[in-house]
Amino acid sequence: MFLQDGGQGNSHRHWYDLFSRGTRDWLRHNEKVRDAVREHLPEMIAKSDVLSRPENRTVQVPVKFLEHYRFTLRNSDEQSGAGQGKAKEGDTLREAQPGQPGGKDPGGGDGEGQFEFVLEFKTDEILDWLWEELKLPNLQPKEGSNVDVDEYVREGWDKRGARSRLDRRRTMKEAIKRRTALPDTPVPISNDDLRFRQLARKRQPTTNAVVIFLLDVSSSMDEHCRNLAKSFFFWALQGIRRQFSHIDTVFIAHSVEAFEFEEEEFFQVSGQGGTKSSTALELAESILQERFDSSQYNSYLFYATDGENFSNDREQSAASLARLAPLLNFAGYAEVSHSSTRRLNTEVARLWQQLAADGHPCGSYSLSEDNDIWPAIKAFFTDQAQQQQVDV
Amino acid sequence: MKVGMSESLAETIPRMEALAEAQGLKFFPVDFELVPPSFMMEVAVYGLPVRMPHWSFGLRWIYQMIQHRMGHSKIFEVVFPGNPNRAYLVNTNSLHENTLVVAHVLGHADFSRNNIAFARSQDQVGYHIVEQAASHAHRIEEVIKEFGEQRVEQVLDCALSLEPHIDTQQPFNRKEFPRRTVVENKPKAEGFQGRFASLPGEEAPPTEPRTSQAPIPPKPEKDLLWFIAQYAPEMEEWERDIFLAVRKEAWYFQPVFNCQIMNEGWASYWHSRLLREADFLPSSMYVDCMKTHSDVVSPYAGDQQVALKLNPYHVGYVMWEKIIKEQGVEAARRIMEQEDDFGFIRNHLSQELADDMNLFSFNAKRNGEIKVSENSLDALHENILAPKFNFGAPRVVVDELKKDGSLILRHESGIDGRGLEIERARKVLHYIALVWKRPVKLLTLDAQDQEVWISSETEAA
Repeated sequence: MFLQDGGQGNSHRHWYDLFSRGTRDWLRHNEKVRDAVREHLPEMIAKSDVLSRPENRTVQVPVKFLEHYRFTLRNSDEQSGAGQGKAKEGDTLREAQPGQPGGKDPGGGDGEGQFEFVLEFKTDEILDWLWEELKLPNLQPKEGSNVDVDEYVREGWDKRGARSRLDRRRTMKEAIKRRTALPDTPVPISNDDLRFRQLARKRQPTTNAVVIFLLDVSSSMDEHCRNLAKSFFFWALQGIRRQFSHIDTVFIAHSVEAFEFEEEEFFQVSGQGGTKSSTALELAESILQERFDSSQYNSYLFYATDGENFSNDREQSAASLARLAPLLNFAGYAEVSHSSTRRLNTEVARLWQQLAADGHPCGSYSLSEDNDIWPAIKAFFTDQAQQQQVDV
Repeated sequence: MKVGMSESLAETIPRMEALAEAQGLKFFPVDFELVPPSFMMEVAVYGLPVRMPHWSFGLRWIYQMIQHRMGHSKIFEVVFPGNPNRAYLVNTNSLHENTLVVAHVLGHADFSRNNIAFARSQDQVGYHIVEQAASHAHRIEEVIKEFGEQRVEQVLDCALSLEPHIDTQQPFNRKEFPRRTVVENKPKAEGFQGRFASLPGEEAPPTEPRTSQAPIPPKPEKDLLWFIAQYAPEMEEWERDIFLAVRKEAWYFQPVFNCQIMNEGWASYWHSRLLREADFLPSSMYVDCMKTHSDVVSPYAGDQQVALKLNPYHVGYVMWEKIIKEQGVEAARRIMEQEDDFGFIRNHLSQELADDMNLFSFNAKRNGEIKVSENSLDALHENILAPKFNFGAPRVVVDELKKDGSLILRHESGIDGRGLEIERARKVLHYIALVWKRPVKLLTLDAQDQEVWISSETEAA
């Protein structure tokens, strides 16, 4: 006989108190699920509803447990088994279930595979994966126009300086060195021991950006179109956010008149009647001129509309877009619609075609379903990178 | 941890062992260990105290945790046969529960030493599976460090998926198949040619026996783990080691699986008998123990209920009680030595016993309807045994190793009665192809019972 007591009463603890193999292998399972989600990420998060709460900076994705596959027999239409209890030949133990024609395993199955759990992903993490997955180029600040700003950075120490910059740790070290070298001196800290942090002025390139979103809210823009626009805007903004330390956003909605809105209200706005693109473009221009000095800011503009515009507004729109374009790093046009048949053959699309013909950095994207969002985002970032190469 | 549990058990164990020996049980020594329930749950999930890491165990573990939280499962003991046997007791279970477990474990120890299936398996894989599994685990940790988690996982995905596909009818240490085979000479001519050839002076000169390249395998091979380890065209040594480690552990698990009803019944019979005769236990302890005993061996269905699953403890216990009452302990011991569940159920589960226990066969249709089927003892036997055939897995054999290195598998659907679940089978072929590194194909039946080839290649990974 040999009895070993692995309980807490014992003085030495066992490895299994400190380590759970079950947890280890369970975490490994979850890691694999994450990998699987990651592989299908563009499809999974192109759904508009994932974006519902961007302020959390997380995305929740419902997932199923993985299965470790083995050879199994096909479910047969009838299965027999052995049971126990007071039952006679011919008794019906369970009636046919009308609600589930052939869906469930006969006999109830083993219940595995029915559990679902939710994995939470950080939006930043997802963006990094996506950029990797879609091989998207990184944005670069506008060549030549971005101005350097003075910044003060810490650089070295000095024996003189303002009291507020006294480095106590450094000072104590000096004092100890001195007292060790000259043990007879009684002063604990002398003036010579004092060390002050020094600041140096350095010129840093700006990393400011302003992103202007223009949304057509005329009556032809329904729920479907708005959701597409919203998803496109969200991911374009997230992508730009990766590159710039400080981002300002401007949200402008228009029908025949244009107004600036807060982000929360922006997608709830609905207008009446027709479309006058020039109103939004003019408002964007004046906001840019007033608030965002083009020498300090990289500016991006995105315009989402179904492409319809009053034909008498054509001249005015073209003129205001021509004035606006030189102020921008890039102008993106997202055409949202229900059908994919007449892509980029609209009034507004032609404005952008003219813009491109004049050599301004811009791009046009057509979206009619969720699956179009990623290609559009990818096209935007690729266009952007190419424009920069042309500029250089 | 109840105060004094370990002292009290330390007193009980040697007395219980002496009593068991006096009752004719013959067992290798048992090392008992009191462990926390969390560890016990892991032992139950992994099947061994220390075992190779794999995410599928993590999955089983979380299911077990969920079930445990919902109060559906209570683990009393786990014992690993060997010399010595290793038994784990839960330190949060009560003293009387653990006293019963000690007696129960001695029943298992007697069974695993004397039952022929266990004895044969242990002769082959040795008496120290616990240590061996730990060293397998250790070796796998090392190759993970060397080759990375993903590559090792790929091999484990495949090997563990094929875990039940071994052939214990063959020796554990298999020899390679002969590479050349003797080709039979031309069959003797018949008719006129035959008569002519047999005329004096017309016999053909004796020829050397001719040989040709032998087909591999010479006949359908059931042991997929061994065959892949032996014949995979581009397998590295550590990969083979993983396959052989999984195979060894499976070899060890098989008798446990094949004898569950007998073995649990035997241990339950003996714990109840030993406790009854243990005059060294206080009588209050005996009463508590018997209450636990009746919980363990009661049917899943209560008096008024019907259950669609059998409690192996209950069925085995009732059967052994009857056999010992009618035929005596010696006859029972011979049955215990020679049978596994297949023989035990078919030869010893009589109509009378089945009626006493209210056992019945049922039929479940796809639409959810479940009906009690015709009363037939043979059908009942087969329904009890059906999940146990072939280690609980479909019969898949290697048919051919082609000259180009591709692997041809065949599902013996004729014996299994229907085809494989195609999508799952395809995933398994994909696991195999990653290790085999050549195309892998499998023949089975589709939903219309037509022959269908599944291939590892059609799946775009």
